[in-house]
Amino acid sequence: MNALLDFAIGFAQLCFVLAMTFAAIRLLRGPRAQDRALALDTFYVNGMMTLLVLGIRSGTTIYFDLALLIALFGFVGSIALSKFLLRGEAIEP
Amino acid sequence: MSATELPAWAALIAAVLLILGGLITAIGSLGLLRLPSFFARMHGPSMGSTLGLGSVLLASMLLASVRDGRPVVHEVLITIFVITTAPITAMLLMNAAVKRPKDPPPG
Repeated sequence: MNALLDFAIGFAQLCFVLAMTFAAIRLLRGPRAQDRALALDTFYVNGMMTLLVLGIRSGTTIYFDLALLIALFGFVGSIALSKFLLRGEAIEP
Repeated sequence: MSATELPAWAALIAAVLLILGGLITAIGSLGLLRLPSFFARMHGPSMGSTLGLGSVLLASMLLASVRDGRPVVHEVLITIFVITTAPITAMLLMNAAVKRPKDPPPG
């Protein structure tokens, strides 16, 4: 039964790498700035899930902290990008 | 993988959750790549960041709990955080896309 779990972990990692590739293509190709911001948002969520699956695979909890940090900083970055696109500056005076 | 003593039901449920989460996330990101306009593209990745992330976190919680022999629920933190912040990001991005001026005509 552990072979099935190993296969599932490998499959999930492959899927996340594929998803990150799609997001990276959209990030490079996106016609406008909001497409690139959305692609960056997708990219960090997928990277966070890759780290979580890596944590499942290795059985340690250090990857959980990294995933939490990526969630925090990715959220702050996405909000800053959106505010910049909306108003022309990230932090309003 | 050091867990040779994992019971079969936990491995089966975790494997199903992981495959489901991976497929949903890949399909959502494919939607980000293939859909025609920006407002259509908003829909794809939110599928991955809710259902896909939920599946992966459930599998992680189940495996860690079975492995340690006690409930390990600290993945709930990431769930709460992402579920709280994903709509805020989507709303702000949509607002920015609505209010930004159009591209100047080429040439």
